[in-house]
Amino acid sequence: MSDPVSALQGARFDGFAQIREIGPVGMITLRAKGLKSLDKAVKAAVGTKVPAQRRIEVNGDRACAWMSPDEYLLVMPYAEVAQALAALAKSLQGQHYLAVDVSDARAVFRIEGPKAADVLRKLVPADIDSMEPAELRRTRAAQVAVAFWQQDAGFTLVCFRSVAGYVMGLLSHSAQPGSEI
Amino acid sequence: MSTRLSKGGRLIDRSAAVEFTFNGKRLKGYQGDTLAAGLLANDQMLVGRSFKYHRPRGIVASGPEEPNALVNLGTGPRLEPNQRTTTTELFDGLEATSQNHWPSLEFDVGVVNNYAARFLPAGFYYKTFIHPRPFWKHVFEPIIRRSAGLGKAPTEGDADHYEQAYAFCDVLVIGGGVAGLLAAKSAASTGQRVILLEQTATLGGRTPVDEALIDGQPVDSWLAAIEGDLRAMDNVTIRTRTCGFGVYDHGYVLADERIADHTPGDGRPRQRLWRIRAGHIVTATGAIERPLSFAGNDIPGVMLAGAVRDYVTNFAVSPGDRTVVVTNNDSAYLTALTLRAAGLEVPAILDARDNAAGPLVEAARAAGIRVLTGRGIAGVKGSKRVTSVAVCTQAGEGAVLEEIACEAVAMSGGWSPVVHLWSHCGGKLTWDDTISAFVPDPARPPLNHDGGAMVTVVGAAAGLLDLDTILEGVAQTGVSTRVETKGRRKEDAKKVVKTTVEIPPVWVMPQGAPIALRNKMWLDYQNDVKVSDVQLAAREGFQSVEHTKRYTTLGMATDQGKLSNINGLAVLADALGEEIPQVGTTTFRPPYMPVTLGTLAGEARGEIFQPLRRTPMHESHEKSGAYFEPVGLWRRPYCFPRAGETHEQAVHREVLNTRSALGLLDASTLGKIIVKGPDAGKFLDMMYTGVMSTLPVGKCRYGLMCNEQGFLSDDGVVARIDENTWLCHTTSGGADRIHAWMEDWLQCEWWDWQVYTANVTEQYAQVAVVGPNARKLLQVLGGMDVSKETLPFMQWADGTLAGFPVRVYRISFSGELSYEIAVPASHGAAFWAACLEAGKALGAMPYGTEALHVMRAEKGFIMIGDETDGTVIPQDLGLDWAISKKKTDFLGKRGQERSYLANPNRWKLVGFETLDGSVIPDGAYVVADGVNANGQRNTQGRVTSTYYSPTLKRGIAMGLLYQGPGRMGEVVECNTVAGGLVKARVCDPVFYDKEGEKQNV
Repeated sequence: MSDPVSALQGARFDGFAQIREIGPVGMITLRAKGLKSLDKAVKAAVGTKVPAQRRIEVNGDRACAWMSPDEYLLVMPYAEVAQALAALAKSLQGQHYLAVDVSDARAVFRIEGPKAADVLRKLVPADIDSMEPAELRRTRAAQVAVAFWQQDAGFTLVCFRSVAGYVMGLLSHSAQPGSEI
Repeated sequence: MSTRLSKGGRLIDRSAAVEFTFNGKRLKGYQGDTLAAGLLANDQMLVGRSFKYHRPRGIVASGPEEPNALVNLGTGPRLEPNQRTTTTELFDGLEATSQNHWPSLEFDVGVVNNYAARFLPAGFYYKTFIHPRPFWKHVFEPIIRRSAGLGKAPTEGDADHYEQAYAFCDVLVIGGGVAGLLAAKSAASTGQRVILLEQTATLGGRTPVDEALIDGQPVDSWLAAIEGDLRAMDNVTIRTRTCGFGVYDHGYVLADERIADHTPGDGRPRQRLWRIRAGHIVTATGAIERPLSFAGNDIPGVMLAGAVRDYVTNFAVSPGDRTVVVTNNDSAYLTALTLRAAGLEVPAILDARDNAAGPLVEAARAAGIRVLTGRGIAGVKGSKRVTSVAVCTQAGEGAVLEEIACEAVAMSGGWSPVVHLWSHCGGKLTWDDTISAFVPDPARPPLNHDGGAMVTVVGAAAGLLDLDTILEGVAQTGVSTRVETKGRRKEDAKKVVKTTVEIPPVWVMPQGAPIALRNKMWLDYQNDVKVSDVQLAAREGFQSVEHTKRYTTLGMATDQGKLSNINGLAVLADALGEEIPQVGTTTFRPPYMPVTLGTLAGEARGEIFQPLRRTPMHESHEKSGAYFEPVGLWRRPYCFPRAGETHEQAVHREVLNTRSALGLLDASTLGKIIVKGPDAGKFLDMMYTGVMSTLPVGKCRYGLMCNEQGFLSDDGVVARIDENTWLCHTTSGGADRIHAWMEDWLQCEWWDWQVYTANVTEQYAQVAVVGPNARKLLQVLGGMDVSKETLPFMQWADGTLAGFPVRVYRISFSGELSYEIAVPASHGAAFWAACLEAGKALGAMPYGTEALHVMRAEKGFIMIGDETDGTVIPQDLGLDWAISKKKTDFLGKRGQERSYLANPNRWKLVGFETLDGSVIPDGAYVVADGVNANGQRNTQGRVTSTYYSPTLKRGIAMGLLYQGPGRMGEVVECNTVAGGLVKARVCDPVFYDKEGEKQNV
């Protein structure tokens, strides 16, 4: 079998901020609500707490993000998805939940540099300045759905795989040198 | 002659000369000039022609209200028509050409309209070109379009790029004059996030031109201090060259930032559209001076008094050696004093008021300027520039008392507050008799979500026309308060500050002017609407100001009546014998200033005009020369043409090869939704017309989804994954819609059912391996048992193929032996390549969506969107077998029981084979005898899918026909695009392999 390839195979753009497609990144959509062992399950899968509303709990290259009242996004290295799914299955056995691998359905970008926020300001109708440090926003970038959060002096942005090229185009356009806000 | 003065010029940098051209003529200006200032400095008084009469037009104003001085700016990919010279910053190399004339600006043939003016009255087009009707389209309109019109439309693509940006603040201040600066500071001092927008490049507004001191300090140092204070605050953002042009609900404001208009080609975006969400909006948009309506007020050299002041003070430009000032208020005296201070002559100030007093008037008299009260202008002499004015009494009918030679006329008819942004979202106006103008009524502001005021007006925009009350007004309005409440609104209304300025109404000069003079009094300069036109409209019964506007075109030009509105409706009110407030204003709508389309489009052009969804194999398809078609936002290969092949030939080859050997289809776009939970079976039984709860694990079942009305909405194969989990396939275009539909029912209606869904469409690349050699290919790839026994038709299995983790579905949409193989998207391209490579020896060829459509039509399989259009129920398509009779309920069941849908005489699905073997045109109807009430041929059915079948070597079609299934063998007629009829025999819609043997091997 071949190695997994991300949608844009690590495309980059250096403007007034640096844009990188990263990945493949392991991701699991976890749907569950009010389960006793949810804390344990998330801990076992990615080693974090269950995040509060609109927050993301980051633990190195793993994370758990709040997506809706009954949905979480678990992030981990691509190769560890099966292991994380197994951990969830073990902790949540017999309870009503849904955990599916969505690693391949997504594209992930890093936007870095002192003016990284300006790249997003042009695309995303979110008040970035009033975001809390560990806040995740589900919103849109121009015409497509995205989620993003601040991490390691930059932003991580997730979109659907099929529109990775469009999102790369948007981010590159927004980061054009000379277009600093 | 207008010229550059040797001294002064607040905004220009005499050390930075720039060169520009106007109609090819090379001219010189300075950095800091506007294009208008640069033109005047070079004595270019004539800058364009009017819309209807092609009269010579000069620069009237110095800001966005300019109606005349519009030019084509730039050339080629940077050509933009209708650019206001008064707001265009001059830069080296600027190229401008004048508009609306032929053959040249100096000599315009269209000016004959001027002499025929009495034949072009208000409503001229409506009156003249009604009959004969075809003449409008073929004769009148083409001629009018050539003679009337403004700039040239660009023919090349725009060389610039644009962008949008979002901003959020507690208080947004629009307008960077003194009032705006004070409001921003007041709001910022309480720690609120403040954004201040100013449309020009510098802050300060009119004050540096009109005043010497603020709070006892020189204006410049006061401005420098407050700007410094604001820039030092982290919670304040100042954006110059940014015009807030629209106010919308919930504090949403659009603004246009002109980043590189004055530095074209420097690589920066040309403009940026700001989309701002503000807690509260403060408009500090100032006031616009009104012209006076006297005969010849449109001749080049007649300018607004404030604009004359601006040109002298800001740009050191003299409008002429001798300027006559004509006014109904004190502010124009400042112009006289400014001109005098610059060493220019003011032969007279004609004041329409009987008495003039006050500090400015006294200062003018003290300076020895001749002040004539109770006087007006009977007429302006000159054609392409002013030569003299004829003086008359304002009270009279225009008898000429004396003639004064001059090069320019500075007029002031008073000031109208810029109430546009206040009014955009419903703020109401009240008529202020003191200044004869509409002002915002603080008791009736545009409202926010909580019923509080969304907008506060400060400064001249609030009707405060003197600096002292402006300062007092900002202090009173207290924009520092974050939350505006209903209670505050009443309070605000009580403490309204009144201006000390008085401006009496002077709408026509002289007041008793006869028609000969009123015929030459321009209200709307750009659209050539005169006092006499509005009066005629009133006589003809146009009483509503909105009707009069559209009938006369008053205020409908690109300046949207910034100068003409109040004068026009005052004339209308007078003609109707009503008060101005009773007549009211026309509606103020965004944008306040014209915004170029590129700015509104922002980044959405070229490659990123629209999201384009790509499958993991997209790049491979591109490399193999696929011809793509849009499917939703996806691009799917329509066919894979080879060298020398037409698309049609390619499709035929792909169909025949798939039927005889092996075809490969990228089916990744197919929707895939996981449904899991203890109640998932029950849920799917509601969503689908058939029974999904009884589907055994490991098996697949075809299902139909209807909406509540019973109409067919989507179809696809459902696979049972485990006890609690199903995978629902949807159509390519239906994935997001069906997922949302499921969530809608789960969240809103059946919230207590234990079901979770997840849309995993993009997690998998899916390849359909189709044809007699399909199984052989899978065996070559190797890794799992795909034999008929282990994996029979309508079953699925997990395993590996060529080392790839796969889920193989044994399903068929083509009638052939077929497997659909799902593989994680990150391996999709590699798996596709592996299939192509291993398939070479088996005759594998990729096929596109058109071959897919042809093959499914040959088999009589329906296609959502072809056989369905939102009015078709499954029973119409002969799909009764897929509708459960046992279930007590499913979405659509009640709907399908309604008498009309249960009617046995509905149009139903049949096949059609043409007698001559031809292909029935797409969209054809099956005609019936006679015609309907509209004289159209009656119909008894319609064709929903029609193709040339390369397998059967003739045209095949499916369609819906009245009582169709009972009419097998009957010959019917279908209409064609060419107009004739084509005969077709009604037949079974399954044209190929009726027994279904080929897919079941």
